[in-house]
Amino acid sequence: MVMHIVDRRLNPGSKSLENRQRFLRRAKALVQGAVKKSSQDRDIKDVLEGGEVTIPLDGMDEPRFRREGGTRDMVLPGNKKFVEGDWLQRPNQSGAKGSGAGEGDSEDAFRFVLSREEFVDLFLDDLELPDLAKRKLAETESEGIRRAGYATSGSPANISISRTVSRALARRVALRRPRKDDIEALEAELAECEDETRRRELLTLLEGLKAKVKRIPFIDPIDIRYRRFETVPKPVAQAVMFCLMDVSGSMSEHMKDLAKRFYMLLYVFLKRRYKHVEIVFIRHTDRAEEVDEDTFFHGPASGGTLVSSALVAMNDIVRTRFRPADWNIYAAQASDGDNMTSDSGLTGQLLTDKILPVCQFFAYLEVGEAANYTFDMPDSSLWTLYERLRNEGEPLSMRKVSERGEIFPVFQDLFKRRTASQERV
Amino acid sequence: MGSSGERLFEGADWDFQTLQRIHDACEEIARKELGLDVYPNQIEVITAEQMLDAYSSVGMPLFYKHWSFGKQFAFQEASYRKGLMGLAYEIVINSSPCISYLMEENTATMQTLVIAHAAFGHNHFFKNNYLFKQWTDADGILDYLEFAKGYIAACEDRHGRETVERTLDAAHALMSHGVDRYPGKKTLDLRAEEKRAGERRQHEEAVFNDLWRTVPNAKAKSKATLTAERRRALLGLPQENILYFLEKTAPRLAPWQRELIRIVRHIAQYFYPQGQTKVMNEGTATYVHYRIMSRLHQQGRITDGNFLEFLQSHTNVVFQPEFDDRRYSGFNPYALGFAMMQDIERIVKTPEDEDRDWFPDIAGKGDVEGVLREIWSNYRDESFINQYLSPALIRRFRMFHLHDDPAESQGIKVDAIHDERGYRRVRRELARQYDVGFVDANIEVMDVDLDGDRRLMLRHTTVKGAQLNETDTRRVLQHLADLWSYDVALTEVDGTDKVLKEYVVSPRAAAVAA
Repeated sequence: MVMHIVDRRLNPGSKSLENRQRFLRRAKALVQGAVKKSSQDRDIKDVLEGGEVTIPLDGMDEPRFRREGGTRDMVLPGNKKFVEGDWLQRPNQSGAKGSGAGEGDSEDAFRFVLSREEFVDLFLDDLELPDLAKRKLAETESEGIRRAGYATSGSPANISISRTVSRALARRVALRRPRKDDIEALEAELAECEDETRRRELLTLLEGLKAKVKRIPFIDPIDIRYRRFETVPKPVAQAVMFCLMDVSGSMSEHMKDLAKRFYMLLYVFLKRRYKHVEIVFIRHTDRAEEVDEDTFFHGPASGGTLVSSALVAMNDIVRTRFRPADWNIYAAQASDGDNMTSDSGLTGQLLTDKILPVCQFFAYLEVGEAANYTFDMPDSSLWTLYERLRNEGEPLSMRKVSERGEIFPVFQDLFKRRTASQERV
Repeated sequence: MGSSGERLFEGADWDFQTLQRIHDACEEIARKELGLDVYPNQIEVITAEQMLDAYSSVGMPLFYKHWSFGKQFAFQEASYRKGLMGLAYEIVINSSPCISYLMEENTATMQTLVIAHAAFGHNHFFKNNYLFKQWTDADGILDYLEFAKGYIAACEDRHGRETVERTLDAAHALMSHGVDRYPGKKTLDLRAEEKRAGERRQHEEAVFNDLWRTVPNAKAKSKATLTAERRRALLGLPQENILYFLEKTAPRLAPWQRELIRIVRHIAQYFYPQGQTKVMNEGTATYVHYRIMSRLHQQGRITDGNFLEFLQSHTNVVFQPEFDDRRYSGFNPYALGFAMMQDIERIVKTPEDEDRDWFPDIAGKGDVEGVLREIWSNYRDESFINQYLSPALIRRFRMFHLHDDPAESQGIKVDAIHDERGYRRVRRELARQYDVGFVDANIEVMDVDLDGDRRLMLRHTTVKGAQLNETDTRRVLQHLADLWSYDVALTEVDGTDKVLKEYVVSPRAAAVAA
C-alpha cells in the first residue's frame, strides 16, 4: 500500500494565533487590568518584556452540565491491606480524591504568558497620540509614487521594453511572421540553384515571405506598453523626540529617574506609531548642549538655570536637521521648575513663536522630591509661566510628578484617547 | 519475514527514506503476522510548536476559529513552557488516509514506535471497531471540517463575529448533549414494509382468539392526554440530543444558526466513539506496537540498544501508579488496555483452569490474533471490561471497590476486593465507570408548552443521588434559553420521579436568536 510522508515543518506556524487573538480580545478588559496591575511593580524596561499575567476566569468559562455529590462507587488499583467490609475514614474535604478536585483548581484564576508585543499593545491600548492640525497637513502634503502595472499609453520615457518585446514576440509567433534565418536560407539556396523551375519557385516563395515580413512589423504600435505609476499619499513615518532636561544642581537623582521613566515610556509609545524614531537629548543649565543618552542621565553638571537656552538649542537642531514637513516632532521637558525670573519673557516668546508651531506635542513634566506631595508644592516659576501660556490657548501639556508610581497614571492621562467626537480615523 | 538482519537504521538519526523503510517493515509484520486491516497511511512530520497548535484544535489538522481554543492554547503553552507538561509523541486522526503526526524531535526508535502504534494500531482500530464504523465517516471528515471552517468564517463575515461567537458558545455548552447515542431507525423500503405487514397478519391469524373481544376495554384516554401525546410524537419527544432538537425545532433561529449547531453536533458525534473506547483504543495500539517492536528486534532489524530505548518509553507509557501514590489519577488507559490484551493472549495460548471456567469461548483457542481482532471490532470499553477482565488481572492490579455513601457516617466501605467473592463485583463496577450512560448526566427534552408561553421543559433523571452543579447548570441553561428564545425549565428527579430541584431560566435581552 502506498504511504505518503509529508513534511509539515516548513508550514507557517502559529496556526492557533488567530484563536489566541480572539481569546485575548474577549478577555481584553480582564487582561488589560492584569497588565496594568503587573506593570505597576515593574521597571519600565521590563514593561517591554511581556510575561505572565493572571486573569480571573469570570466570563471566560465554558460551562457544562456537571454532576456532583451522591453515592460514589470507585474501583482502585493497589490494595495492600483492605478486606471486604472494612470501613475507611473519609479524607478531609480538601483532600478528597477522585473526581472534582482537578476541576476546582482552575476555577478562580487562569495564568498564561503574553508575548512582548501583546503586552505593550495592551498596555498602551487606550492611549492615543494627540492629533494636531499640523500632522494632518504633513500627511497629505507629501506624496509618493508607486508602480501600478502597465498601461497602453504614457510618456516614451516609461516604455517597458521587456513587456513590449515579449508582446511583439507573441504576436509575431501567432501571425507566423517568417523568420530571418528562413529567408536567408532560401536566398542562399537561390544563389546556388541552377535549375530554372526551382529558381522560379524559390523566387515566388521568397517574394511572398518578404511581403509577409513587410505586412507584419517586428514591433507594432499595439505591442507597446508603458509602465504605469500612481501617486499615493505618503504618511510621514518618522518622528523625532526631543528630551529636554534641566540638570542644574537642584535636580536630584530621584528627579532624573522620574524624568527618565517618562522619556522611556514616550519612546516606547512613539516607536509603536512610527517606523523610525530619533531621539535628541538636550540638557541645560544656564547653557544648553546636545549630549548622548548616558551623559544626559548620568553626566555631572552644575550651574544656574536658563530654560530658554535649551529652547534655542532645540530650535537650531530642528532648523538644521529635522524639517518639520518631514518629521513629526515631539518634545518633553523635565525640570524641577526653577528658572531665572529674567528668563521668563524670552522662554515664553520662544515657545509660542518657534517651538510650539512645529511640534506635534509638547509636554512639560515637573518633577519633585519623593517626600513632597505635588499638591503641597507651591507653583514654581516655570509652572506659572507655562500655565499662563496654556491659558492663552497654547497647546501645552503639563503635569507634576513626585513618585515613581505616578508616572504611568500621568502618562496615561496625557495620552488618553479623547472622546469619539474628537477622534479622527 | 525472511528479510532479517538488515538494520532499518543506525543510531538516532532518521530521514524520509528511513521512515519509509520503517513503515514498510512495520506494515509487513502488521499485515502478515497480526492480520491488521488499515486505512492508507499518511505520515506528517511536525515541530513541537505545531504539535501545540494541534493540541488546541482538538488534534485536528484544520478546525474553525473560536476563542475557547485560544484559551486552551494559552493554558497549554504556559504549562508546557514551565515544564509541567510534556508533549505527546504523536497525534493520529481517524480519517482516510489515516494521518499520523510525528514530532521531528523523536529519535529513529521513537519514530518506529510511533509508526507501529499510530499508523497500524490506532489505524486498525479506527477502521474496524463497530462504534467508529457506526458513527464516523473517515473518508469525509477532513472535507467536512474544511466546509465547517469555511462556513463559519463566511458567517462571521456576513453576520459579525460576535453574533457567531455567541451562537457557538451556546452550542459548545451543550456539546456533551448533542450526540445520538443510538442509531436511528432505518426507514423500511416498500418491499420490506409489505413483508412485515404480511408477517403481522399471519401472526394475528395464528393467535386469534375470539375471547379477547369479550374482555372489557380499559378506560379511554382523555382528549387532553391524547393531544399532549400527539404533540410530543410530532416533536419527536422525549429527545436526549438537545442540539438536534434545537436545530430542528427552535422557533426563532436563523438558518445559518441552525447550520452552526449542526456543525457542532456533527463534530461532537465524530468524537463520541473516542470517549467510549479509550482503554481499548490505547490497549490495541500499545499491544500492536509491542508486538511489532519485539518482532523487529527478533529479526535483528533494530539493535539491542534501540530495543532498550523502546522498552524504556514503553514501560513509562504503561505505568500504573497505585491509588495511594501521589501520581495516581485514575486508571491509565494504556496500562489497563495493554494488560488486558496481553492477558487475553495468555488465556488463548496457555490458559489455567480458572481461565477455562471464566472464558470458555476463548481459552486455549490458539489463534491469538483472530480472537483479538474479533474483540477489537465488536466491543467498547464498558462491554470489553465487563467481558474480558480476568480474575488473574484483578489480582495483579490488586483492585478493590469502594462504596461511598454520604449518608453513611461510618465512612467509606470497602465493598469488594480481589478475592473469589469480589471478582464479579469489581469487574462490574469498573466496567460501569466506563459506561457513557453513567458518565454523562441523563438529561432529556420532555415537552414544549405550545399552548402557553412556549416554555421548553427538560428533565434530569439523577443516578445514585448525584445532582447537577448549580452555577454551571444555570449558565448552560442560560445558553440554552438564548438559543430557544423562550423560557427553559429543568427539573431534577430521582428514580421514583420525586422532584429534587427545579430551574427556570429566561433568555437574555440581547438573545442569540433575537
